[in-house]
Amino acid sequence: MIAIIDYGVGNLFSLISSFEKIGAEIVVTADPQVISSADGIILPGVGAFSDAAKKLRDSGLDKVIIEQAKSGKKLMGICLGMQMLFEKSFEYGVHNGLGLLKGNIVPMKDKIPKNLKIPHIGWNALHFTCESNLFKYINPNDCVYFVHSFYATDCDDSVIATAEYGKELTAAVQKDNIIGCQFHPEKSGEVGLNILRAFCEME
Amino acid sequence: MITKRIIPCLDIKDGRVVKGTNFKGLNDVSSPIELARLYSDSLADELVFYDITASYEGRQLFTDILTKVASEIFIPLTVGGGINTVEDFDRVLKCGADKVSVNSGAIKNPSLIKEAAHKYGDQCVVLSVDIKRVDGAFHVFAKGGREDTGIEAINWIKQGVANGAGEIVVNSIDTDGVKQGFDIELLKLVCDAVNVPVIASGGAGNIQHFIDLFKEIPDIDAGLAASIFHFGEVAIPDLKKELKNNNIIVRL
Repeated sequence: MIAIIDYGVGNLFSLISSFEKIGAEIVVTADPQVISSADGIILPGVGAFSDAAKKLRDSGLDKVIIEQAKSGKKLMGICLGMQMLFEKSFEYGVHNGLGLLKGNIVPMKDKIPKNLKIPHIGWNALHFTCESNLFKYINPNDCVYFVHSFYATDCDDSVIATAEYGKELTAAVQKDNIIGCQFHPEKSGEVGLNILRAFCEME
Repeated sequence: MITKRIIPCLDIKDGRVVKGTNFKGLNDVSSPIELARLYSDSLADELVFYDITASYEGRQLFTDILTKVASEIFIPLTVGGGINTVEDFDRVLKCGADKVSVNSGAIKNPSLIKEAAHKYGDQCVVLSVDIKRVDGAFHVFAKGGREDTGIEAINWIKQGVANGAGEIVVNSIDTDGVKQGFDIELLKLVCDAVNVPVIASGGAGNIQHFIDLFKEIPDIDAGLAASIFHFGEVAIPDLKKELKNNNIIVRL
């Protein structure tokens, strides 16, 4: 059973449908007990970092996620959910993340050539930077769907894939059982479903 | 690098896909769910669903179809048609849409883009504009291209982006349905005016027209078309292969 954390951030329709499509058992929940008894956790999220971080803290779910991740349970953050795994975000101010991964979230603005549009939106190729069982069903340069204006930096020890947009931007991270995707696997066609499938099969 | 997107557009009326020439004289083509599945399997990068129904029943049918499509097709979905309020955004986002396209609704209610962008984020708000040349100027048309608003198009688009529109769809009424190629002149003007993704619509008749579009306007992000895809005149995998052969980066 995979627990998709419902903390009032973003629309979970596609995420739920994509797990159903691959035949995974899921539960959408904000209940610490349900999360604790699940085999894996999905932390979704779209919108502003500060709002989402506040919602996690106010509900006490931040502590549950940290505790579960540290106990070795597989955890995947998606898009803003991935960014929340890091120490700090510099999105309109400075905000603390969950601190499960080393690194910070910074704006793309001024870090990529001026002629490139922000947000980075659309299909871009994944460049694997190290081996991961998350990619066991996909190939180098397979395209996935991105929508973001901020990206993870100073996270060399966890990057497993990048995407080129003026520079190599962090696309996926993994540190043991803790995983993050900057892109949306639930919007990335067969490639995305195959990433979710691989996550479900992880120990 | 980010890939150039190919987007089939499905106009839906009473639960069926239709496509007109110059926005008039609609023909029934196919089932929206079948067509969506076909396009997703043949490497379409995104789908646009346009609800051209006016009745309450038709609208209900549309959201049912949308829900069904979104539960089995995992590429970005943009929904437009009849979007006049923030509640309309809510209605289609709940059914699985990723982006919502506003057109006449933004003309009737100038604060709609701002309110929706504030609530759902810029990336969710697409400004779709029907544009036609009138006495040498580009005018915004409303009501499915039937009514000249007198509004100058480039300023209208700039204003929309300033209010929070995260993407622009430019429909050229002059080239739509004529199949003589995209409206390069107009599209260049729009790309020079804004720094958000611009989607070209209206005029594609063959593969060469897409090659011309991406070659002549390197800043354009996507090409949208309907009938040439629906009637099988252009198959998306063939189109993408040809784009790649012409050094245009696409998802294959």
